[in-house]
Amino acid sequence: MTTQLNSSFRGTQDLPKWLSPTLLVSFFLASFGLQVLIASDSDSAAINFIPVAIFGLLGFTVAIYVISRVIEGVRKATDRLVTIMVSTAFSLALIPLLSLAYTVVTKGVARFDAEFFTFSMRNVVGEGGGALHAIIGTVEITGIATLISVPIGIMAAIYLVEYGRGTVARLVTFFVDVMTGVPSIVAGLFAYALFVIFFGPGVRMGLGGAIALSLLMIPVVIRATEEMLKIVPNELREAAYALGVPKWLTVLKVVLPTSLAGIATGIMIAIARVIGETAPLLLIAGFTASMNYNPLNERMMTLPVFVYTSYANQGVDMQAYLDRAWAGALTLMLIVMVLNLVARLISKYFSPKG
Amino acid sequence: MSKRIELKSLDVYYKAFLAVQDVSMVIEPKAITAFIGPSGCGKSTLIRTLNRMHEVIPGARVEGQLLMDGEDVYGPDVDPVRVRRQVGMVFQRPNPFPTMSIKDNVLSGYKLNNSRMSKAEAEEITEKALVGANLWNEVKDRLEKPGSGLSGGQQQRLCIARAIAVEPDVILMDEPTSALDPISTAAIEDLAVELKEHFTVVIVTHNMQQASRISDMTAFFNIAGSGLPGKLIEYDKTEKVFSNPTEQQTEDYVSGRFG
Repeated sequence: MTTQLNSSFRGTQDLPKWLSPTLLVSFFLASFGLQVLIASDSDSAAINFIPVAIFGLLGFTVAIYVISRVIEGVRKATDRLVTIMVSTAFSLALIPLLSLAYTVVTKGVARFDAEFFTFSMRNVVGEGGGALHAIIGTVEITGIATLISVPIGIMAAIYLVEYGRGTVARLVTFFVDVMTGVPSIVAGLFAYALFVIFFGPGVRMGLGGAIALSLLMIPVVIRATEEMLKIVPNELREAAYALGVPKWLTVLKVVLPTSLAGIATGIMIAIARVIGETAPLLLIAGFTASMNYNPLNERMMTLPVFVYTSYANQGVDMQAYLDRAWAGALTLMLIVMVLNLVARLISKYFSPKG
Repeated sequence: MSKRIELKSLDVYYKAFLAVQDVSMVIEPKAITAFIGPSGCGKSTLIRTLNRMHEVIPGARVEGQLLMDGEDVYGPDVDPVRVRRQVGMVFQRPNPFPTMSIKDNVLSGYKLNNSRMSKAEAEEITEKALVGANLWNEVKDRLEKPGSGLSGGQQQRLCIARAIAVEPDVILMDEPTSALDPISTAAIEDLAVELKEHFTVVIVTHNMQQASRISDMTAFFNIAGSGLPGKLIEYDKTEKVFSNPTEQQTEDYVSGRFG
């Protein structure tokens, strides 16, 4: 009786574990060999790896599906097919990312030296020079933008989640949505137009860049904070109210600390989103080869603009300009990476434990 | 320390919807009063009006009178925040503050209100409240650990400790044991009986054995149908309600022949 009962649970035979990877490798090798043959047949010596990948993968998929269907049955064969499709999609998504990181690192490392971080481009033609002026500018402008956006963004989100009811709240939500879609160049034009009112046409100022960036940053901060505040359980608010804690203290001392980790992550993502903006900064912060520590006066260089101008206006020693552009791109990527690490650390140390 | 609560033809509305109609009763001090009745009959709504917690929901309002030792809780110059400082509440699901340690949770009534206290004072209050909530022996060695690391029953007793730490006059418990196992339930029930030495205790429960075990007075609520307001059907000594109720509805409900 028991043996019969067991047998009703027994499925068909499984494929051995080594079969699938072996098949994959052998199909890629076969596909590669085929390409070598074709390449040697025709005159072109280069081997194109895209057909190697496509034919290898197609052959493997068909083979494993047929084998699995015969031995393991329809359900497991479908499972394998879908697994292959999902993995392929994932790899395809990963390729540009890895390729980009690889390209930036290999090309950027040529000028990723001490001089790059200690010199500006003042009086530099051709080789040498550095991006210190651009790094300072990026740090100052993004820093000021963060200082403007974070309080406004968090308070707006608190209003929307904790206080906002009715028409005003709906309007704010609507305009936040609209602002999320504002093209960055429009933000730059807005900041420029605003500063022209006070300082006259042709104004260039680091602070203007910060205003433009904060315009792009505020909706991102509001959205992220809103989502985080919404997932704070209502029971915690009620627990605080029941202890006779007024609403503003409840928000300040219960709701915000509980969601702090998520809010910090959201802010870091918002910074990462605006730190690479080029167009608005080109407009209002402008371009300069010299150091400028003062965001309230004159043009201020930033890393994205540095990368853009190095590439767009190459001088006589072309390679030196290109190397500087890549090193600038690498620096920007590293700054974003460090910000992401900081966000992870913050969410690790501040998230509620238990 | 404990106050007598008097309800005079109290109606509770959510916007235009009348949730509880015409409740008049006197809740005695230093006793446990149980609210029983089917789901949706308004007993949770009513208990939340006792510390003005229902106002947190937009559109909720109250008509009629609610007196605490003769003082009108819904008077025009009454601050709901001050009412809640004198009427503690324990909720259905344990809800300790996840960002705070056990000790900070107990002291949260003070800390969240920015009141300053000396270290010795803080330790005294913590110990007194935790001893009062029968939790001291279990947590005295880990007061700095987060409160969310405790078991469900311990968390609920932590919430009770938090409520009694601010020395209220009344403790409201809204189905405090419905999310707990029988052992934790027994601990909370014993605690409720001890609490009535000092406080006015009001408890909402779906568990009729619980009501008959621990309460001195029992109020039975019922609704005539969905969409209709809940009403107070019978309010009397617990033995009377469970052994010899006046109303047929009450007898049907407590004997399990409901519906």
